[in-house]
Amino acid sequence: MSTPSLPLADLVRLVRQSREYHRLTDAIPYTRFMGIGVENLAGEMLCRMRYAPHLIGNSLLPALHGGSLGALLESSAIFELLLRTDTERVPKVISTTVDFLRSGKAQDTFAKAFITRQGRRVANVRVEAWQDDRTRPIASSHALFLLSEP
Amino acid sequence: MSDFSLPADPAGRREKLAVLFTEAVPHNHALGLRLEAVGATDATVVMPYADVLVGNPETGVVAGGAVTTLIDAASGTAVMAALDAFAAIVTLDLRIDYLRPARPGLPLTAQAECYKVTRLVAFVRALVHQGDPAMPVASSQGTFMRVED
Repeated sequence: MSTPSLPLADLVRLVRQSREYHRLTDAIPYTRFMGIGVENLAGEMLCRMRYAPHLIGNSLLPALHGGSLGALLESSAIFELLLRTDTERVPKVISTTVDFLRSGKAQDTFAKAFITRQGRRVANVRVEAWQDDRTRPIASSHALFLLSEP
Repeated sequence: MSDFSLPADPAGRREKLAVLFTEAVPHNHALGLRLEAVGATDATVVMPYADVLVGNPETGVVAGGAVTTLIDAASGTAVMAALDAFAAIVTLDLRIDYLRPARPGLPLTAQAECYKVTRLVAFVRALVHQGDPAMPVASSQGTFMRVED
């Protein structure tokens, strides 16, 4: 099963071909810790954050932490850039704005990223996250990423 | 509501709000966040460096998502400080600018200030640094809303 750890750029190239997305998400400690994975659902590449108690921000409601949703949105943007463009380094976030639209319930959350513009150095990415109903997003973001070292 | 009011002295405020960094807020606890100080309208929260927070395994740099949690937690606590109450609040939006790469191995400290409170909405600025507030890693601007409790 396990292969010797590849340089990330090689792993990214390999996963673009093989679509074994877990090999990439497993290589990143934080996405593993957050239970964030990339999946192909009905031919569409989505991120899923599997529900776990440590993602909760309000135990009374209960509701997911804003930071957990922020993490899903940002990871989704990064994986979209890594897998759908030819960037070989993990893109660096320049700035991000998150709108929290509805309370996140104690269940799996999905996210879809859209690259709205990809320049040579900078990419603009928009992301939406939802739970039961995709037409009722619980959080959305837009972010800028630096694609390569100057 | 009087049960939820905060004492005036910084140590008392910190003690009362520290519950936000325990199992009461599991994700703050999971990231090891620690409430360092609470003033009249501000809060300081520390996130120790940990391997699980790494977003880039080649550099060891902490993931932006973890920084988002740190800022959200510090900002929300600053809102409660400004409201003088252990209030039920939700984050409406949060903008974060990443000013310089965080250095691996060092804790991140968020200093948040709630500079305006209206009847329903609170406005918060925060800076994240790694020991020198003059060299911030990130800055943020957020709005929070008070919900009925």
